[in-house]
Amino acid sequence: MSIQTSKEQLSPISQPPVAKITVRDLNFYYGNFHALKNINLDIPERRVTAFIGPSGCGKSTLLRIFNRMYELYPKHRAEGEVILDHENILDPGQDLYKLRARVGMVFQKPTPFPMSIYDNIAFGVKLYESLSRRDMADRVEWALRKAALWGEVKDKLKQSGTSLSGGQQQRLCIARAIAVRPEVVLLDEPASALDPISTAHIEELIHELKTDYTIVIVTHNMQQAARVSDYTAYMYLGELIEFGDTDVVFTTPKKKATEDYITGKFG
Amino acid sequence: MLPSDFPNQATMSKTFTDVHLSRQRLLDRGFRGATRFFAFSVLAVLLGIIGSLIVGSLPAIKAFGLHFLVSSHWNPVTNNFGAAVAVYGTLVTSAIAMLIGIPVSFGIALFLTELSPRWLKQPLGIAVELLAGIPSIIYGMWGLFVFAPAFADKVEPWISDKMGGWPVVGPIFNGPPMGIGMLAAGLILSIMVIPFIASVMRDVFEVVPAMLKESAYGLGATTWEVVWHVVLPYTKAGVVGGIMLGLGRALGETMAVTFVIGNAHDFSASLLMPGTSIASSIANEFTEAYGKRYAGSLIELGLILFVITFIVLSLAKLLLIQLTRKEGQLS
Amino acid sequence: MWSLYTRRRLVNGVNLAISMLAMGFGLFWLGWILWTLVLKGAVAMKPSLFTMVTPPPGMPGGLSNAIVGSLYLTVFATALGTPVGILAGVYLAEFGQRGWLAPATRFINDVLLSAPSIILGLFVYEIYVVHTRHFSGWAGVFALALLVIPVVVRTTENMLRLVPHTLREAAAALGAPHWKIITLVTLKSARAGILTGMLLAVARITGETAPLLFTALNNQFWSLDMNKPMANLPMVIFNFALSPYDDWHVLAWGGALLTTIGVLGLNILARVLFRQKSHPL
Repeated sequence: MSIQTSKEQLSPISQPPVAKITVRDLNFYYGNFHALKNINLDIPERRVTAFIGPSGCGKSTLLRIFNRMYELYPKHRAEGEVILDHENILDPGQDLYKLRARVGMVFQKPTPFPMSIYDNIAFGVKLYESLSRRDMADRVEWALRKAALWGEVKDKLKQSGTSLSGGQQQRLCIARAIAVRPEVVLLDEPASALDPISTAHIEELIHELKTDYTIVIVTHNMQQAARVSDYTAYMYLGELIEFGDTDVVFTTPKKKATEDYITGKFG
Repeated sequence: MLPSDFPNQATMSKTFTDVHLSRQRLLDRGFRGATRFFAFSVLAVLLGIIGSLIVGSLPAIKAFGLHFLVSSHWNPVTNNFGAAVAVYGTLVTSAIAMLIGIPVSFGIALFLTELSPRWLKQPLGIAVELLAGIPSIIYGMWGLFVFAPAFADKVEPWISDKMGGWPVVGPIFNGPPMGIGMLAAGLILSIMVIPFIASVMRDVFEVVPAMLKESAYGLGATTWEVVWHVVLPYTKAGVVGGIMLGLGRALGETMAVTFVIGNAHDFSASLLMPGTSIASSIANEFTEAYGKRYAGSLIELGLILFVITFIVLSLAKLLLIQLTRKEGQLS
Repeated sequence: MWSLYTRRRLVNGVNLAISMLAMGFGLFWLGWILWTLVLKGAVAMKPSLFTMVTPPPGMPGGLSNAIVGSLYLTVFATALGTPVGILAGVYLAEFGQRGWLAPATRFINDVLLSAPSIILGLFVYEIYVVHTRHFSGWAGVFALALLVIPVVVRTTENMLRLVPHTLREAAAALGAPHWKIITLVTLKSARAGILTGMLLAVARITGETAPLLFTALNNQFWSLDMNKPMANLPMVIFNFALSPYDDWHVLAWGGALLTTIGVLGLNILARVLFRQKSHPL
């Protein structure tokens, strides 16, 4: 793929966005608890979509449906449709590994694996591709550069991933997620455990990544949502209250509940 | 320079991924199956133990039936066997061990959690665990060569003298100072179970929320009152569980008891006299047990021991689980 | 009021004093046993202890065959029991959320952990020795492996449970298959703890005598044939200590000192390796 075409794909924001993920009549249950109620939502391609809302509103639950992370636990159950490029990912026949190769995720707290920085990145890549040593090194460097971490770690790739600072660890995790070259990156409060400077790094990074990836971020920090996202979904008690352009949701929300939350009247 | 971008997954060579992924799924299933198999094998071992003991003891079960449990005969010459003496010895030595072991263990756990200066806590804790680590044969050998002579020399004459004349319980303490016997076996067992009970007690005492203790101290309660009225009731289930665990150990302990109990298949009221226990009977006689009935009787003893310890240990486990649940609810 | 206060203080003081005595009581026995061992075992500590085989009474000799035999039995039993224990522990920690098998196995494993070891000897005798018609090193290995398994199962499960769940999720989010998540991520981050469990298991079987009585038995001669009865330290200690010969007693004390040093050394090593309090197993 030439640089020319990829430039074209980075077309101006004004072009109407295409839906990458389409959620239709989605319901989710933890055992008997009805955690998500009739969610309908289109997540646009190559944009940043933020989920906000008070804790327990289901925003993380919704995020974890997009890569079916909930499957790890018994008695968690999703009904409805979540369509990723014409494919319903809730289909029982859906290949989980393939899905997760296409949908990467970064967690609340940094999760470096107990191995070297290099191997942390290579771990994910090796799951899908058998690259030559040289290609793998290129890929690791590419991912670390993308995550704006290369400069800080290029001389200590053999050191343990856990030896990095918290902010660096989180960028390592982002690098690990994008090294697999997913189409969608899910960020579950990626900066909540970080200091302000590291948070700024991560936010900058999100901004750069959206030229290539569809990004969905859950955050409890409304300023952060306003800063990084193009679209915002406000959720409350398992329901999607409002969804739209971030500017619109934050300046002229249609619903009273959204306005109350955003202006800090509750939550 | 590096390429500015790689193609995304969707455009990746499809065949490679598919072959690769289906292999992973197969490996996944295989791995899960393997772990499941070995988890199951732990259960199979238990069933195997019970099954093989029953099969092995069939000759004795057929010959003696339930009478085996109450008969005090043990005569290889006439091929007449009963479990009563060995069961009695097992229960008596374990009872002595518990009688001494429980209060001492409680004292040690109390010392380690509430009294010990911080710098002493760890070394003392390790010392207690070392006591638990010493192999039982060492206890046995030490008991036979060092403890028993000293016991016969210094302690037993005094016991027989002072307590042998007491009404009702006198006969229990009346006897020749031989050193070895049921009392000596019980004492050695108590030393062996103390570290087990003490370390469980210490661990359960440490789960008591600091706030709970502090609120009692805040009322002006003394250390003893806090332990007796707050810590102990809170950890009751765990403490009993620890005691049962120790009891399970004492019942099944073989080598230490074999060295010092004296191995006599006779009933005697006196604790100073030699006796036998289930485990030491098996240890002493099994390799020389000629004849199906003799060997079968020993295996049946083993079956009885396994059933008793199984019940005791199951109760211990259930009580300890109960404490964990409580802990989960409060935190 | 004053008298009540005094009485409370008194009760407190007396009970705490008793508690200190209890601690002293425990340390007293530990000290006495270790002191005896060193005193009596030191006499036997000569080069010949490690170079000569167990002698007939009245002849010079050592424990070389028993030492090597014990090492053989321990190494084989650990090699056999550890993988089984780790895999079963993995099942309990990683796959055991649903169904009856995991809770049942966990329960039974904890019971087996404290079950009388002589019973395991009887079990192996019944299912192996009876059929092969002779005592053998392998039989001893099987009995000891049955002691290793519950220890390793328990520590593996506990250590895997300490691994934060987010780490598993992070690996799963990359699309890693379950077996890779477990072998490359969770087991790897729990490896110090699992190694500790292995050491504790080795410590547990070192010096175990009861399971060897009817399995490995003993052998007065140098033999590395695992299909024959095999010399080992605990059985030599047992036989020699109960004999009437003074020179055998000396060798038994030497063996006892060696065994104790081995066991306590392993215990301390395990603790240093993984600085966390744990039940004696």
